[in-house]
Amino acid sequence: MSYSDKVIDHYNNPRNVGSMDKKDSDVGTGLVGAPECGDVMKLQIKVNPQTNVIEDAKFKTFGCGSAIASSSLATEWVKGKTIDEALAIKNTEIVKELALPPVKIHCSVLAEDAIRAAIGDWKKKQESAKPLEVQAAQ
Amino acid sequence: MSTKTATPASQTFGQHHAPNGIKLPIYMDNHATTPMDPRVLEEMLPYFMEKFGNPASRNHPFGWAAEEAVEISRERIAKLIGATPKEIIFTSGATESDNLAIKGVAAMYREKGNHIITAVTEHKAVLDTCKHLEKYGFRVTYLPVQKNGLVDLDDLKRAIDDKTILVTIMAANNEIGVLQPIAEIGKLCRERGVIFHTDAVQAIGKVPVDVNKMNIDVASITAHKLYGPKGAGALYVRRKNPRVQIVPLIDGGGHERGMRSGTLNVPGIAGLGKACAIAQEEMAQESCKMAGLRNRLKDSIMSRLDEVYINGTMEHRLPGNLNISFAYVEGESLLMGINDIAVSSGSACTSATLEPSYVLKALGTGDDLAHSSIRFGIGRFNTEAEVDYVGDRVVETVLRLRELSPLYEMAKEGVDLKSVKWAAEAH
Repeated sequence: MSYSDKVIDHYNNPRNVGSMDKKDSDVGTGLVGAPECGDVMKLQIKVNPQTNVIEDAKFKTFGCGSAIASSSLATEWVKGKTIDEALAIKNTEIVKELALPPVKIHCSVLAEDAIRAAIGDWKKKQESAKPLEVQAAQ
Repeated sequence: MSTKTATPASQTFGQHHAPNGIKLPIYMDNHATTPMDPRVLEEMLPYFMEKFGNPASRNHPFGWAAEEAVEISRERIAKLIGATPKEIIFTSGATESDNLAIKGVAAMYREKGNHIITAVTEHKAVLDTCKHLEKYGFRVTYLPVQKNGLVDLDDLKRAIDDKTILVTIMAANNEIGVLQPIAEIGKLCRERGVIFHTDAVQAIGKVPVDVNKMNIDVASITAHKLYGPKGAGALYVRRKNPRVQIVPLIDGGGHERGMRSGTLNVPGIAGLGKACAIAQEEMAQESCKMAGLRNRLKDSIMSRLDEVYINGTMEHRLPGNLNISFAYVEGESLLMGINDIAVSSGSACTSATLEPSYVLKALGTGDDLAHSSIRFGIGRFNTEAEVDYVGDRVVETVLRLRELSPLYEMAKEGVDLKSVKWAAEAH
């Protein structure tokens, strides 16, 4: 298996590795994949609730070089984007940017899933936070 | 992983400088193939140009010279395994030898019975040959293995019935290096009047194999796992007590006592013979050295990393083999991190089928740990300095990838990964 220079670069120098407090109401966490399948991605975003802009993103990935590169790239791309802009990111764009071969396309799909899962988690927190604010106001 | 990249991996991936005296990349995949021993090459060279004759040419010195080389090789191979020269049939290698043994015995003894016994951890050359025979009315029992990788002799005893004509169990496994109890298996087969074939390609020249002491009836041998050339192999076929007969796969000029027609690959055969002669001389000493290096690598890794697991028993194992799973780290990404070292992984990502190693799965290793496995195959030309370098690089890469691994983080937080409901891909 030969890798593109971009995959190698992300593998050797992964961007935005780390974890955020998943209990923080501004943080959305996506955990996708399964160990048995050889790929698990955790992608976290920190969203400004006023602007809906993703101000920070972190990831950790168990998987092959292409999976690591796909998730590293995903964190780079979502940073500075609004929730809606981030949701528009397609796995095919990741495939193109990293020049992934056909057998590695599932890595890009997983990265897209991770973005959606993180945003979904953040949205859920915003909705469940509302009644709490109402309660607090009473 | 391949070492045939145009640019040396060490240059592409930059940062690592090899300590003095080490040439990168390091080859530590000696179960896949071994480098040629220069002494073997020297033995072969005359048979390409000066002594190019066909050993079947009985009426001139060109043929005689070639025939002499073939017969010397036959003697050397026979000596290494305690056989007689007439019991050695030359083939193109392990896959052909396995096919000839199994299909040849099956066809010859078809009237006696149609049952064959093998094990789930055999090489594909054996498993797929057995599967092929199932299509032609043969019944095959695939014995499971225990957690240590070994066949349970009681399972074998129970599996043999009055229709069993052949048991085929490998001597040493190509992935995990475990040594099957072939002497016990041979004894059992002899008592029950069943022919015993062993794929001994990984074992011969590494550990003692004696066809009489072990009651082996048919054995596959190949040169390229033994510091010899690719494309040269042999099949031992017992001629006495009992005499085993096989139906040939390749018909033609009646070479090799009619069991394998085709003009002999004289340089390859000369190389195989020389490789066996060297093994005969040096095996005892060499296997101590191999085991020493292997244990040094094992200690170097295991003393510095937690949650690493050895696949297969250490007690009955090829001296140069180490197969380890590094929990929470995926095998292919580990190979990518140690890309100046040529080893293999049981990860699905490195296989054509996208399935993790069937050998590790047969041991009861979970898919997650099978994906995390690396096979180190230490050989004749590896050095202590290389082993130390490999140990350091593996440890440093595993630590780095674990920092990157959400599974490692969760495990350290006390999450039981088995109880997590994993979100599968939404697509």
